[in-house]
Amino acid sequence: MIQLDILVIGAGITGTALSRELSRLNATVAVIDRACDVAEGATKANSGIVHAGYDALPGTQKAMYNVRGAQMYPGLCESLGVSYRKCGALVIGFDEADCAALRDLLDRGIQNGVRDLRLLSQKEALALEPSLNPEVLCALSVPESAIVSPYEMAFALADDAAVNGVSFSFDQDVTGISRLEDGTWQVTTSKDVFICKVLVNCAGSSGADLHNMISDQKLHMVHRRGQYYLLDRAAELPFSRTVFQCPSRMGKGVLVSPTVHGNLLLGPTAEDIPDPLDTATTSDGLSEILKKASRTWPALSVRTNITNFSGVRAHLDTDDFIVGPVPFAPGAFEAIGIESPGLSSAPAIAQDLSAMIASYLSLERKSSLRPFPKHPKPFHEMSDEERTVAVSTDPEYGRIVCRCEVVTEAEIRQAIRRPVGARTIDGIKRRTRAGMGRCQGGFCSPRVAQILSEETGTPLLRITKDGGHSYLLADTIGSFLKGGHR
Amino acid sequence: MVCEQLIDLLVIGAGPAGLAAAIAAKEEGISSLLVLEREKEPGGILRQCIHNGFGLHRFSEELTGPEYAARDIARAHELEIPIECDTTVLSVSPDRQVTCVSPKHGFRRFSAKAIILAMGCRERPRGALCTPGTRCAGIYSAGTAQRFVNLEGYMPGKRVVILGSGDIGLIMARRMTLQGAKVLACVEIMPYSSGLNRNIVQCLDDYGIPLYLSHTVTEIRGRDRLEGITVSEVDSNRNPIPGSEIRFDCDTLLLSCGLIPENELSQGAGVEISPLTSGAVVRETFETSVPGIFACGNVLHVHDLVDHVSNESFKAGRAAAAYIRSASSAETDTADVWKVQDGAGVRGTVPQMISKHPSSDVDLMFRPSAVFRNASAVVECDGVEILRKKSLIFTPGEMAVLTLKKALLDTLSGSCIEVRMEGGSSRG
Repeated sequence: MIQLDILVIGAGITGTALSRELSRLNATVAVIDRACDVAEGATKANSGIVHAGYDALPGTQKAMYNVRGAQMYPGLCESLGVSYRKCGALVIGFDEADCAALRDLLDRGIQNGVRDLRLLSQKEALALEPSLNPEVLCALSVPESAIVSPYEMAFALADDAAVNGVSFSFDQDVTGISRLEDGTWQVTTSKDVFICKVLVNCAGSSGADLHNMISDQKLHMVHRRGQYYLLDRAAELPFSRTVFQCPSRMGKGVLVSPTVHGNLLLGPTAEDIPDPLDTATTSDGLSEILKKASRTWPALSVRTNITNFSGVRAHLDTDDFIVGPVPFAPGAFEAIGIESPGLSSAPAIAQDLSAMIASYLSLERKSSLRPFPKHPKPFHEMSDEERTVAVSTDPEYGRIVCRCEVVTEAEIRQAIRRPVGARTIDGIKRRTRAGMGRCQGGFCSPRVAQILSEETGTPLLRITKDGGHSYLLADTIGSFLKGGHR
Repeated sequence: MVCEQLIDLLVIGAGPAGLAAAIAAKEEGISSLLVLEREKEPGGILRQCIHNGFGLHRFSEELTGPEYAARDIARAHELEIPIECDTTVLSVSPDRQVTCVSPKHGFRRFSAKAIILAMGCRERPRGALCTPGTRCAGIYSAGTAQRFVNLEGYMPGKRVVILGSGDIGLIMARRMTLQGAKVLACVEIMPYSSGLNRNIVQCLDDYGIPLYLSHTVTEIRGRDRLEGITVSEVDSNRNPIPGSEIRFDCDTLLLSCGLIPENELSQGAGVEISPLTSGAVVRETFETSVPGIFACGNVLHVHDLVDHVSNESFKAGRAAAAYIRSASSAETDTADVWKVQDGAGVRGTVPQMISKHPSSDVDLMFRPSAVFRNASAVVECDGVEILRKKSLIFTPGEMAVLTLKKALLDTLSGSCIEVRMEGGSSRG
């Protein structure tokens, strides 16, 4: 039995942002997640856009948190050493109805407090982005729109929280929640029992399920999957901004966007599915992306595609975020329905939740914080002089493990030794980019598995791609022949 | 401050191409040379190719991959050619500056009179195929699985389907079977195999592994580890035919769907890349569009046989030595070269340019774009036939080589040499 002040369920972007805020308070805090790592749900598979905030209806939680959260991003990324680029966005329209919708978006954006929005003519839009479909009729320019790597953000938030005392524990599937007579909460998981004064539901696609375990006011969530194409960063980028089509009831539509790492992202689809963990891609979904994205980008080519993936949005029937105390459940707080613009909103949601919890438990802020160990600059981005220094300080900077993304052995070991370190091949990939490139780990994954095994003392046969039973290898060749020859 | 080391010849890669090129250059008298290799030992991909069948053309013997490599490594040692392993080249510039890094020597910069690119190729990953489904463990390129089995001593899985009938996939079908795995099928989207015929016979037929031509994987299932796949027949446009689905329960899918020359460094140096071969555009000396930078082996175009790689690389090494001695490229005036073109039924002929009055015979290497039975490969110079080679079969899985004799070339003028297929084409 583990006793603490605050238990956060969910280590996605909301849970990690909240954990960092809570680490500033005098309290014992733990974050648990069903998966094997930070950012394993929608956080690892979304568009990576820090939206400016023109899309949400004025007065909604989405609108308020989006605009506030987006304004927090530059400072937060700077202090955490996470790449962030205000590349701007265009929302494009092809007919008069679209143009009317864009005018509505402009009005909405102004009401929401978004800066520098402007309607563009066809000519202006094409001058800014010459690869656009020449049939574009009008566009909304959104200079405040930015891109970020959502999982790198979550890793950095978690590291900062961990350095300041928050503990993280994975493979924790919540099986029961009950309120004890003394007013504390008992949370039973597949591994442990936690007793806490405050529990916070940041459980993403399981948010409604957890809510319904503790509240009589039942919520219903729709699991809305979005599939993507990710193109090689070696390919020349056709657009310097994120290009959206006019949004619809199902979401912001298919976008074409550069990523902070210089790849091009196409997607997402929006399909309602029964199983929130079903992150398969489908041939229908992938062809739909090509069809829709080619309307934005007629010269579309996926010849340089390096991977397809999908994520599942946590969409509430009510179509807005729920942030705050759970009604009639003292000590329980929640952030549910955090779909787009959830990434943009997370820092502001975390700030508010943290303030509510601090007030509920009458918590003081810590008098001093441990400085965040900013992640060293990636070898790939270093100058020759910086590389010279890096290798002379640590010779393992001299061994390139991932040739496509130029990731060194030193960086892979650092990723494992981070405060919330990588324990899987995909965990290394998302922290270092090793295996993220055009060969998709074909050359480096055996070596990465070896380093993981050395660093963590885990036998190679127990190393997984992404937790659970995703074992990389089945057996040694010797014992397989002896025992397995049928 | 990073010092710059001057050197005559830098060879990037100590696989069969780099070794042969370095040996030839040293034999030609180039003594200021260095071979850089990113792995911990020389030999390249041959290190993990423990099956036999290497060296039939070059040594008239059947060697394993490591045995074949060992001969070149021994010769390189004999010639005292320095090979620095555990060293990765980071950049090559058009003026032949090279930066590299290693744990032992740190970050270094070289300035070379000539460079030979011999970085080899990589396998096409799942992403390039856009195969829908989950992203579970258990999906490997055939070469990654080969490394796990042959170098690390681990079995990636026990029930295996192989997508693509490239040679590495075929070799791994046999290898996994010999290690006790059940290989359920080899699936090829094209109506013909892209592997060597001898590998189909010796690696699939001999073990009763079915080859599904004109089929592809249309779904991948399994949340954590692969649980199964669906295979569908495809029509002549390679689109899956509904109703033709076959489901396989398997824990491993190996991909052998083509090799791509690894030319990121070459592109950084401004080397012109052919969209057909994905390798450099070269003349008969294997010099690229950038003076003093040569390319050979699988980084130039994907070969089927290492013997051909070595043969090509010896020539590249000799040509680089000649370049260093004369400090000039062959004539660049377009009037002094033939442009080599792909004619009907031919893809990716190398070299793409031939100097008039070459210093030796010139091999034209290409792949037919489909299977041709009882056909001829014909070479024409400005529309006049100069060479014809008949064969019972030409297939895309086997590179064809036509040798143009120096004596013949010396008699020719004109501006264009074209290779084309003539006679009975069939796709089956």
